[in-house]
Amino acid sequence: MAKSPLIRDWLPIMLILAVFAAVPSVAQAMGQPFAIKVASRILVFAIAAVGLNLVLGFGGMVSLLHAGLFGVGGYVVGISSYHEFNGEALMLGPVAWGGSGNLLITLPLAALTSAAVASLMGVVSLRTSGSYFIMITLAFNQMLFYLAVSLDRYGGEDGLQMLGTLNLAGFDPSKRLVYFYAALSVLAVVLIFSQRLIGSRFGMVLRATAQNERRVKALGIPPIRYKLAAVAISGAICGLAGGLLAGGTQFISPADMSWVRSGDLIVMCVLGGLGTVWGPVLGAACFLLLELGLSGLTNAWQLPFGLIVIGMAVYLNGGLVGLLRRVRAA
Amino acid sequence: MTVLLETRNLVRRFGGLVATGDVSLTVLAGETHALIGPNGAGKTTLISQLQGELMPSSGSIWFKGADITALPSHRRAQIGLARSFQITSVLPDFTALENVRLAAQARQGHSFRFWAQIAQDRALNDEARGILVRVGLEAMTSVPASVLSHGERRQLELAMAMAMRPALLLLDEPMAGMGKMDGAKMTRLLAELKSDYAMLLVEHDMEAVFALADRLSVLVQGRLIATGTPADIRANADVQAAYLGHH
Amino acid sequence: MTLPLLIEQTLNGIQLGVMLFLMSAGLTLVFGIMNLINLAHGSLYMLGAFVAASVASLTGYFVVGAIVAVIVTAAAGALLEVALLRRFYRRTHLDQVLVTFGLILVFNEGARQIWGGVPLRFSLPAGLDGSVHLWSGLDYPAFRLVILGVGLVVGLLLYAVIMRTRIGMWVRAGASNRTMAAAMGVNVEMIFIGVFAAGAALAGLAGLMAGPILAVQVGMGEPVLILCLVVTVIGGIGSINGALVAALAIGLIDTFGRVLLSPALGSMAIFVAMAAILAWRPKGLFPVHG
Repeated sequence: MAKSPLIRDWLPIMLILAVFAAVPSVAQAMGQPFAIKVASRILVFAIAAVGLNLVLGFGGMVSLLHAGLFGVGGYVVGISSYHEFNGEALMLGPVAWGGSGNLLITLPLAALTSAAVASLMGVVSLRTSGSYFIMITLAFNQMLFYLAVSLDRYGGEDGLQMLGTLNLAGFDPSKRLVYFYAALSVLAVVLIFSQRLIGSRFGMVLRATAQNERRVKALGIPPIRYKLAAVAISGAICGLAGGLLAGGTQFISPADMSWVRSGDLIVMCVLGGLGTVWGPVLGAACFLLLELGLSGLTNAWQLPFGLIVIGMAVYLNGGLVGLLRRVRAA
Repeated sequence: MTVLLETRNLVRRFGGLVATGDVSLTVLAGETHALIGPNGAGKTTLISQLQGELMPSSGSIWFKGADITALPSHRRAQIGLARSFQITSVLPDFTALENVRLAAQARQGHSFRFWAQIAQDRALNDEARGILVRVGLEAMTSVPASVLSHGERRQLELAMAMAMRPALLLLDEPMAGMGKMDGAKMTRLLAELKSDYAMLLVEHDMEAVFALADRLSVLVQGRLIATGTPADIRANADVQAAYLGHH
Repeated sequence: MTLPLLIEQTLNGIQLGVMLFLMSAGLTLVFGIMNLINLAHGSLYMLGAFVAASVASLTGYFVVGAIVAVIVTAAAGALLEVALLRRFYRRTHLDQVLVTFGLILVFNEGARQIWGGVPLRFSLPAGLDGSVHLWSGLDYPAFRLVILGVGLVVGLLLYAVIMRTRIGMWVRAGASNRTMAAAMGVNVEMIFIGVFAAGAALAGLAGLMAGPILAVQVGMGEPVLILCLVVTVIGGIGSINGALVAALAIGLIDTFGRVLLSPALGSMAIFVAMAAILAWRPKGLFPVHG
């Protein structure tokens, strides 16, 4: 018999948030303030991975676009700060905007912009499916990448260093703890929202579409609209994560949006398991800690890492969820 | 009796092959209409066109007096055409209840509702549970469809179609692959549903067809060679030669 | 734009297109026949460039380097198919993306360990380092003409093999109808290995030819891979005709985009073109699978 959703879904989320909330005090007690920085980075990528997983795990769409959407969010925060600092207005068609270093304004803007870009690219890529979809999202990711490279005014290939001061509801996000708690709050909101989402009417349709699109159509539901909305929502979440990264490090560059990053995000989702909302948080933590651990052992860390990814693909047929299903069936 | 569904001179070609040749068929309101014919006669192709998965090469399809030839399949489902698939097509990761509930949910308009939990929607869950009881799957409510037996999946398929509260059920071989026991159970179930739904039934099990159908149409090589009551069809020499004789 | 410049850039575009075709041919057939998304195809291109560069500098003969590189990449392709990728034909696309993504990491890091992180010098073969006078005001690098020539010859050869021979017929049958590929029975396993090895060899060939004009370095495969994915998608998965047309189009759009706009905007132009074509024909220009 299935466990109650309270235990199956909400308990892990609360546990994860509680463990993260304890990180600063533990790190300080152990004299390892660096750990807070690492944890913040994990939080940011966890947010992005949770966002991607709505599309990947629940929508069944293998998207390689999400690093690009992440980067769009980062650039929105960066460019807004650039204009505020330099005192030049940003011309958005007829509207001139002075820019802003206020993350309460620019983070939502980052989410909205990424959602808009995701929708635009979704409209084209969702006309296709399967391998075409994967390749198109990859190509769109590179399109965004080259767009960032072409922005000479904002650092081009070298990226955009934010010189102005940012503020977050009166706090300074370059302070380690402020940033950590900001990222943690965003993750909490994103997790709660996503968990509600997949149990909602919308979530049921999305998950059904991933299993059998033809059946969903025969039930009278046009799947494309739901897939598009999911792409937009997950784009918004990735944009938020990208904005957070830029806001914390005061830096964003095209390297943050290369398609390899999209691959990393997929690996995070698979590592943690596609079947739950919270799985990708564990995946992001594993991924980044593994990266940190391996790169401490050897400078050729990508070699063992690549082998781990290959092993994962060979043995976790269909991800952890697939593994679980096989165990259950056996 | 009013006409519920009608095809007018429906033609579908695949390259040079004529899968549906000039088919004009009517299904009346409230009737159970069986579509029979040998393998490869084009029955599933015809159903697919009625449901909108395949577009006809020429001709038109009318439903409740409106031309629906150009309507996409999800719109047809919304106005009351429900299809069960020949090859079982349920959502494997969902439980039986979730499968039926999704069908009921689809009937209630768009699903752009992101916050309220569907598991807490009592009316919807009760409705889905009621349908599962009706098709005899009450014991399987919270079992994932992927672990149901073949016969149970066929029942689930039917339950999903019922949850759409359709004006017409398009049933593509509901007894395909079933053993004698399950087949008899399904026949009983369909007999119970006869009074509630109009049905267009594609089926190979002649015993079931003659027990259930009010009228039959016989399709051979894409063409309709006869339509009539079971007695007419039994007596029809063409049908005997073309089809029944082989059995 | 002056006429000589126009001709020069057109030649550059065709040359890029021909190279893209060599690479995409293998990619699109593997896609079409085995239904496998091979993101590691660019790694074979990189391998070809590295092997050719080191063997050429070791022996002093470019041709020796080229031959060894083609053999090594073909063998690497066959080995990959047999040892790893054949298990993935029936897996989900996600698993395929994962395994080939892992392969990219391994290949890149392996190359970094063997050949180092700095770009490798790969000098042009003697006699081909000069220019050829084509037109008044147009001197064109001899090596690029050789690339163009070799690419055209190999491309035509490939086209002839696939369109005119019995083996080619099997391969095409497999690409358009996987059930038929399965029905080919005993040959199917060998055909799969063969297609993979040939695709790898072609990628290696493209890499070794690109080596002297681009830089031989870790990660050189990925930008080309992405162009090839675009070619495959635009042409239609599994279609050799489509790959040829799309490769030439992408070669020209990329080359002229870079000259007329800027390198970054030129790269974007390809993706805009792709989006436009797919909005119009979601299965590519020459759809093979119904």
